[in-house]
Amino acid sequence: MSELKKTITPLYGMLTKTSDAEPVIVRLTQNRDPSSTDNLAYLVQKDEKNIPLGFDTYVVPDHCTETLPSLNNDKRVTYELPQSLSYLHEGDVIRINPRGGEISVIYRHHSPSNSLFLTEQCNSRCVMCSQPPKIQPDSELAEACLEAIPLIDPETEELGLTGGEPTLLDEKFFEILDACKRHLPNTAIHVLSNGRLFNYLSYAQKLAEIDHPDCVIGIPIYSDLAWEHDFCVQATGAYDQTIRGILNLARCGIRIELRVVIHSYSATRLLYLAEFITRNLPFVEHVALMGLEPIGFGKTNLDALWIDPVDYQADLEIAVSRLVEAGMNASIYNHQLCILPTHLWPFARQSISDWKNVYLPECEKCAFQDRCGGFFHSSMRKYSKSIKPIETVLPEHEIIL
Amino acid sequence: MPLDLPLLNSSFNAKDKYRSRVGTSYALLPFKFIKLDHKRYIVTNFVGEYVVLSRTSLHALIQHKLEINSDLYDQLKVKHFIIDGDSTVALDLLACKYRTRHSLLKNLTSLFIFVVSLRCEHSCPYCQVSRQSQDRQAFDMQLTHAEKAIDFVFSSPSPDLKIEFQGGESLLNFELIRWIVERVSHRNDIESRNVSFVIATNLAILNDDILEFCAEYEIDISTSLDGPRELHNANRPRPNKNSYELTIEGIKRVRDRLGNDAVSALMTTTPASLSQPKAIVDEYLQQDFSSIFLRSISPYGFAVKTGVASGYSSEEWIIFYRSALDYIIQINLEGTPFREEYASMLLRKILTPFPTGYVDLQSPAGLGLSCLTFNYDGSIYASDESRMLAEMDDYTFRLGTLDNDTFADVISSEKLIGLLSETMTESMPMCADCGIQPYCGSDPVFHYATQSEIVGHKPTSGFCSKNMEIIKHLIHLLEDHEDSSLVLRSWIS
Repeated sequence: MSELKKTITPLYGMLTKTSDAEPVIVRLTQNRDPSSTDNLAYLVQKDEKNIPLGFDTYVVPDHCTETLPSLNNDKRVTYELPQSLSYLHEGDVIRINPRGGEISVIYRHHSPSNSLFLTEQCNSRCVMCSQPPKIQPDSELAEACLEAIPLIDPETEELGLTGGEPTLLDEKFFEILDACKRHLPNTAIHVLSNGRLFNYLSYAQKLAEIDHPDCVIGIPIYSDLAWEHDFCVQATGAYDQTIRGILNLARCGIRIELRVVIHSYSATRLLYLAEFITRNLPFVEHVALMGLEPIGFGKTNLDALWIDPVDYQADLEIAVSRLVEAGMNASIYNHQLCILPTHLWPFARQSISDWKNVYLPECEKCAFQDRCGGFFHSSMRKYSKSIKPIETVLPEHEIIL
Repeated sequence: MPLDLPLLNSSFNAKDKYRSRVGTSYALLPFKFIKLDHKRYIVTNFVGEYVVLSRTSLHALIQHKLEINSDLYDQLKVKHFIIDGDSTVALDLLACKYRTRHSLLKNLTSLFIFVVSLRCEHSCPYCQVSRQSQDRQAFDMQLTHAEKAIDFVFSSPSPDLKIEFQGGESLLNFELIRWIVERVSHRNDIESRNVSFVIATNLAILNDDILEFCAEYEIDISTSLDGPRELHNANRPRPNKNSYELTIEGIKRVRDRLGNDAVSALMTTTPASLSQPKAIVDEYLQQDFSSIFLRSISPYGFAVKTGVASGYSSEEWIIFYRSALDYIIQINLEGTPFREEYASMLLRKILTPFPTGYVDLQSPAGLGLSCLTFNYDGSIYASDESRMLAEMDDYTFRLGTLDNDTFADVISSEKLIGLLSETMTESMPMCADCGIQPYCGSDPVFHYATQSEIVGHKPTSGFCSKNMEIIKHLIHLLEDHEDSSLVLRSWIS
């Protein structure tokens, strides 16, 4: 068993010094002789000799700049990475803002969980939002995505488009999706949206016109009662818009996933919500029942939102059965195997993005750690009282994975 | 609510801000109800959602006296029995569910029955088609008719086309089956429909050539198995009194060559069956079937002439059905998955928004819309039962002939539309007000055969009492027996 991951992988860092240059978005490479160096930055290895010339941008590990005199004499721009980003690798895509001294990681080549962050603006204000919305204009985020997409490896299996609420970008959102279709024709696209704008049929039709070959819209739903859903997203009328949005998307042949974050407010009607989905929205291709991520508003409101996951397992079991009986695909995200009844294990996914996925020290004693989804890094501030390594071997018939 | 409940950060609105818009009154959406037992009612809406309510709650609901935001209130609201100031999306969802419920209509006919021969080597007294013993010329379907029938099949817009070969004993005219299957498959290279074939046969004359052919074209086999040896052989006489042995042997051969799921069996309940529900179910289990379809006898053909059809009342059949169903549920609870097919179809209508294709549970009736039957003589009937009636010289449900009519002629004929317009349970006398109407259907041929009238008189209809009792029983099990409910729910997927 490899060593357990206990810390976050940072996606943001500070350059060792600032400088007066335009921000750039580059793909890191160690190919010494590429056919074109456009948008490429040469990633210098520690102690590397004979560094190739001809690149506009060089990225070097921390404390190595002085060991590279050949580069310093040059007009070429060199940026020194902080230690925290030393994991960066061939094929990764980063944005460097020299004046602010910031460096942000847009895409990691070796990661299965890459998402482009399209906007921080949102028309909802969910009580558990992990990425609280901001009001300031931020169109540079979408521009950065458009610039980054052609640099991403077309072999990438899946790419998320997230926010904020991506559909608020309007034309820019469709432009980004279209760019994905052109540059990443074999990459599955997973959009996270509250679905509200699709309550305008024309908006759903525009999405359909992009005709992306492999795109799913993941839409959160928190209750079968309109007012309770609206409370959770803090927006009057949101439920009706989202439901009509889902119906419009389905009418346009767009694939839909429903995402139910379970917290103290949504847990009470979980089972009714599952029944509601089977009766009213049976055409969605996947329903994800998700544990809370205690960050952002999820952290701000943690006391009010908190319910120990062991306390809703009975309802979760029935909710999953209802969905499965109805022939629907259900998954459980963000739950640790030791708190799920064993017959829910087949539905549990290792769903937490790799960069923020961690395990507890006691998980090292668990026989099922390698199949368990573990924790959000932010869950370290609060997790179930029932977390307990499964040390004993379970009877074979109890394990179906 | 306890006061020490943790609160959201003060920048967030409290629940009450959103809850208050529900208001203080509600409106009723359309629903119907029927008594379940001495104190409870089944309440259904037109898209097939149900709740079981006490008489007091039903009164409160109707008199607009339900407590707003109570658990019962919320349940009725999310199932779309009532609507209030909270949301208007219920109407969109009801429309969507109603379209879903009737989504099979737009495809028109998907099941086509070819009666390739009326000859049979069995002599069952319950035969519903009045089989013939000789005269190939007179009782086999002619090639010219088969050719026209194929044109007819491909004229249906349905993406799914199922062709079922019936008899008599269909295999007595295997040459014609072979010709039809080859021709349909060839034509489907261009049409690209989802075509499937089923041969209904008693398996008595099955041979290796036939099996090879079925393997090549992935043809499924449907046969008859009435229960244990003694019962089956008594029900299904043939020379040598060995129908059971030939059936079991045939099932084995089909499975060896075509796979376990390639053969299904149907049982028909005779007066002798009534006392042995468990033995019948056991026989199906022993023969390794994963389900059984418990069918009462149809009042057509020899079944009427020989008096078998009137051998038991629908009440007696319901008692038989319920004890068989209880036994099947028990078997499931003991760990063997095994379904009853009729209950499975009803449960899909009760627990899901989807329709079932089963001909006798449609509104409008499945006549012509779900199924068309080409009789051996080239005449076209609205269903399998319709041609059974014709063997009794009653041509009420004959829609035309392959010599003179096209698919469009038949499907848009005044005769068919006239018949269908009298089969909408939504508007039929008594059905219109019935609480189980969303789960039931029309069987105009049954009512015509038993009551000389296609609408029928429901209080004395065997079809009505049968469905009424079974559906109520299923809802009772779903509501009151947690174990049984788990088993029944597992049958819908």
